[in-house]
Amino acid sequence: MLIELRDVRKVFHQGKPNEFVAVQGVNLWIEACRATVIKGPSGSGKTTLLSLVGCMTRPTSGRIEILGREVSSLPERFLTGVRRETFGFIFQHFNLVKGITALENVMLPAYPSGENHAALKRRALDLLDHFAVAAKAQSKVEKLSGGEAQRVTIARALINDPFVIVADEPTAHLDTRLAQEFMETMARLKEQRKTILIASHDPIVCDSPIVDRVVLIRDGRVEGEAR
Amino acid sequence: MRRSHSFLFCLGLLAGLCGLIFVHASLRRQAMKPGLLEKERLVRELGLTDICLSTEANYTRHLTQADFTTAFQDHPLSLEHFPSGTWIRPGPRSGYGNGQGIRPAKKHP
Amino acid sequence: MAKGFDRQKNILDFTLSSLLRRKWKNLALASVYTLVVFLLASVMFFSYAIKREASILLANAPEITVQRLLAGRHSPVPLAYLDRIKDIAGVQAIRGRLWGYYFDPVVGANYTLVVPESGAPENGTIRVGAGVARARSLLAGDMIEFKTAAGDILELEAREFFSADSELVSSDLVLLSADDFLAISGGAADMVTDIAVGVRNPRELATVAEKIAARLPDTRVILREEILRTYDAVFNWRGGLLVIILAGAMLAFIILAWEKASGLGPEERREIGILKAIGWETSDVLLMKFWEGMAVSLSSFFFGLLLAYIHVFTAGSGLFAPVLKGWSVLLPEFRLVPYIDAAQVAALFFLTVVPYSVATIIPAWRASIVDPDSVMR
Repeated sequence: MLIELRDVRKVFHQGKPNEFVAVQGVNLWIEACRATVIKGPSGSGKTTLLSLVGCMTRPTSGRIEILGREVSSLPERFLTGVRRETFGFIFQHFNLVKGITALENVMLPAYPSGENHAALKRRALDLLDHFAVAAKAQSKVEKLSGGEAQRVTIARALINDPFVIVADEPTAHLDTRLAQEFMETMARLKEQRKTILIASHDPIVCDSPIVDRVVLIRDGRVEGEAR
Repeated sequence: MRRSHSFLFCLGLLAGLCGLIFVHASLRRQAMKPGLLEKERLVRELGLTDICLSTEANYTRHLTQADFTTAFQDHPLSLEHFPSGTWIRPGPRSGYGNGQGIRPAKKHP
Repeated sequence: MAKGFDRQKNILDFTLSSLLRRKWKNLALASVYTLVVFLLASVMFFSYAIKREASILLANAPEITVQRLLAGRHSPVPLAYLDRIKDIAGVQAIRGRLWGYYFDPVVGANYTLVVPESGAPENGTIRVGAGVARARSLLAGDMIEFKTAAGDILELEAREFFSADSELVSSDLVLLSADDFLAISGGAADMVTDIAVGVRNPRELATVAEKIAARLPDTRVILREEILRTYDAVFNWRGGLLVIILAGAMLAFIILAWEKASGLGPEERREIGILKAIGWETSDVLLMKFWEGMAVSLSSFFFGLLLAYIHVFTAGSGLFAPVLKGWSVLLPEFRLVPYIDAAQVAALFFLTVVPYSVATIIPAWRASIVDPDSVMR
């Protein structure tokens, strides 16, 4: 198992009037080099689950292990380091930094590691080239089309060469063609022995042939699996 | 050139120039030495008591010679109407004689 | 080590991109900052240089000056007083001085008339300072009309001039003979303006001064050390004009820092969330904010300092001239000797750069410790 969640529970605003239990009693394992989809309606806790798996937030109770190593109680410094090496995120709203170039956006996640700038730049350009947006490397992100922005987002997720690609509702704002393109890209990444984890309720994603496993979630609990 | 490099270069340049300020000042002081000596000589020979900072009023021109009452010479209620009076404070802090009483001799270190 | 540097430069890259995004706003901020530093540093350089030079020059002033005050007004000193001072123990040199003021109605300028102890100009000629020459557009040989106390016109030839280098002491001086001075001022031949006294032993100064004051109760005695102390108090921050300048500068600076300290807008918060989501730690975000403050602070400070130095020591404090001039017509050109107090420069550095950087970092603190997952929502 690449990633394991044991009896994980996440509560937001604990102790306050707007206390809210996002997920509870979750026991989940994610296999390496497979494509897993977490499916459920909005408000079901998909995003929180993704967040927990990707070390973006700590569980209120329970354990999370990555490659056998417990991460849920690591201090922030180490947690961030683990996250940088292990996960590449593709957000629903792209979340590219406005006002700077596509190239700089792709390089951003690797800035704090103090990597040599020239090498980093080359790697970023290669990635952009791989996704056929190298021509737009120096364009500000506001000038990119939806499809180009999506590809830049994917390139950014790959800059640190992570094991796992995590995508939160990646096709929510895309038309059918772009959504299919996205899944094709995921297929290629899977061939490169990357693990794919997607949260979505889009049929194009859930019913895609590359998906090995679909986990159903509702009201913060894992209900079962399809496939 | 990379942005941070060009910025650090410009910053370094500015900082260097600021450092040069001290060098330039030192050289300038050397060059102005003769002028300074001339001024010292003039002060000595002419028995000057003040430098010429302002020629507005007698107590802003010769502040060390003016008394606190000098400003009132025109009229007892004379309000300060010379701008230079706002940054030139007339009169030495203590004087001997003339109604101010004999002050005990100060011990000079 | 190299990695540490690379990390700094990487983050600096992003900081600069970030600043350039709001190019005009940040340029305006930097300009205000530079202006504040320029103003404060100019005042600092100007006042310190003058005070330093004054203390050097006036160390040559008469050790004791005796003036006569009647009903609070300066009054001529009878020559007889010289004899009464001469035989006080410790007095080495004594002389009666003739000097005064003259208001020139032609240009509305005040001159200081001085009769030197030796080498006075011939009757009918004068030696004038550069400021006088400028006020009257004088060339060697030109004549100036002086109105005498008797109501006549006395024409005096400006034969010699004081050098431009000596302006700080001689700018408004008119050196003339005793006869000419007495004609203009209408003084009696047995009176002098005041008395300058030299003392054999400097430690006896106070004693001699006391004795003079005791013997001549209508006099006021001024010691050289008091002259020097007076100039230490010039440009004191409590002086009206300086208070305004300092208050204005501080206000501008506070507004600057407030703009930063009032917290981050939603867009900035979101951006920090994104950075954290893609793998930046809290310390990386804070470092970025630090560089943001530093980039503006350091460049503005250095630039302002440079401009201030050029302004005061090369351009003769041109911007201060109208302020210093006030109502007067004659003002020396301030060719100041560049005395600089490094401690003051350091103080200015810490008083501007540190608060500004703090004002930039602190409000970002709350935003930068958020959970990265907040950006997912």
